[in-house]
Amino acid sequence: MSCAIHARDLRFAYPNGVVGLDGVDLHVGHGERVAILGPNGAGKTTLMLHLNALLTGTGTLEVAGLRVGDDDVRDLRARVGLVFQDPDDQLFMPTVREDVAFGPLNLGLSRPEVEDRVARALEAVRMSEHGDRAPHQLSLGQRRRVAIATVLAMEPSLLVLDEPSANLDPRTRRELIETLDRIDRTMLIVTHDLPLAATLCERSVLLSAGRVVADGDTHELLEDAALLGAHDLELPEGFSLRSLPAWPRSRPAASASGP
Amino acid sequence: MRPDVAGDPRSPIHRLDPRAKLLGLTGITLVAVTTPLHAWPAYVACAAALLTIASAARVTPATLWRRARLVLPLVLFVGVFVPFVREGDPVALGPLTVSEQGLQTFATVSAKAIIGTLSAVLLGATTSFPDVLHALERLKTPKLLVLIAAFMYRYLFTILDEVARMRAALAARGYAPRHALQAQALGRVATALFLRSYERGERVHQAMLARGWRETMPRLDTLAFARADALFLAALATALLTARALA
Repeated sequence: MSCAIHARDLRFAYPNGVVGLDGVDLHVGHGERVAILGPNGAGKTTLMLHLNALLTGTGTLEVAGLRVGDDDVRDLRARVGLVFQDPDDQLFMPTVREDVAFGPLNLGLSRPEVEDRVARALEAVRMSEHGDRAPHQLSLGQRRRVAIATVLAMEPSLLVLDEPSANLDPRTRRELIETLDRIDRTMLIVTHDLPLAATLCERSVLLSAGRVVADGDTHELLEDAALLGAHDLELPEGFSLRSLPAWPRSRPAASASGP
Repeated sequence: MRPDVAGDPRSPIHRLDPRAKLLGLTGITLVAVTTPLHAWPAYVACAAALLTIASAARVTPATLWRRARLVLPLVLFVGVFVPFVREGDPVALGPLTVSEQGLQTFATVSAKAIIGTLSAVLLGATTSFPDVLHALERLKTPKLLVLIAAFMYRYLFTILDEVARMRAALAARGYAPRHALQAQALGRVATALFLRSYERGERVHQAMLARGWRETMPRLDTLAFARADALFLAALATALLTARALA
């Protein structure tokens, strides 16, 4: 299907010699929701930047039906939406509404269509009444929701989020998880918030030192304390995977919406 | 209402096209700075125009004063020395002796400064900053300058927050400089701030590319120059240019 990721032997080193990706093989199918777990410096963000050709390494990478490096990056960026970790990096326009409109306008859509998409995207993250505010007047949780809206408005077939729950208080975090859970799209969530991964994603990929070291059912992966420990990860004390309902959950069939 | 806008947002002035306000208020400033002292009725006309605009927009004198006092004292401070240093016919001013020509220069400089500052304050009070940027862009200001101003507006507060956090972090560890040598910590703060801002710039650029940035700022809203805008500019031009020509 068109919104899958196929990465084979993806390698990337930063100019200062630090290895970001060291032969990543990853295959994500249409409609899947996958958590990318891993300690700091594992290459999670590097991988994410590759999905939009903001960094390009060696190996082959096919995203949403396009070969990264060969096909047009504009098409790629229209199909793959990145939500950056710090919403202050993502929200650079003077008002929320203009920021959400930035992507659709770059896609060359007509004004009524842009207005419509802005309204729907803000509605999806429950920020409709804040359209005319400046990003710096919003709380972190609100800014993060707007950042998600800026990408939703481009109607990408694949949504990639970098640490969506970082620095959020528990209640804001729960609201964000609920917001994400309602979004019906192929989704890659880069995080080291393991309970979030367990709540939202059926499948998880564990990245460490630029390689995929585990790939499978999220609950099985998170129950393997030895594996997690070997890669500087652990579940919060007192958190029980059994408290979550088992997969498959009743969520709208993702295949219904993607183009 | 946006916090940077004051007065009644439904007033005829607030609803004018930002381009009309920008041109009109810049026009008032230009007339004031090009008017010599003996043509003082032109200053009166400028002041009257500003007062009319302010009252139509229901911007209170208190608001005008609160915003003008950030700029005005600096300008007047520079001007206040002129009567003492300028050579000319001496005039006794209590115990002080100043020159008459110097006093005249001070009066003109002050009038120009006050009118210029009030024009800018009124523009800011009746037009949101994004609208001013939009107007500048449509009036063919170089795109790069408009972009720089837009990013400055967006990130100023973010950077100020960072400064406040760094200052708090210094203070929390007992930093209280007593002499100049201890100020080097402030230099490190400035360095760190520069590097953080630089890195943020790179991340913002990536985020812009990820959303299809095409080297120009796309605009959602269009500006509409209506009859009211033309009338506003025509009335202003007639009043000011007549006063300037007759004076």
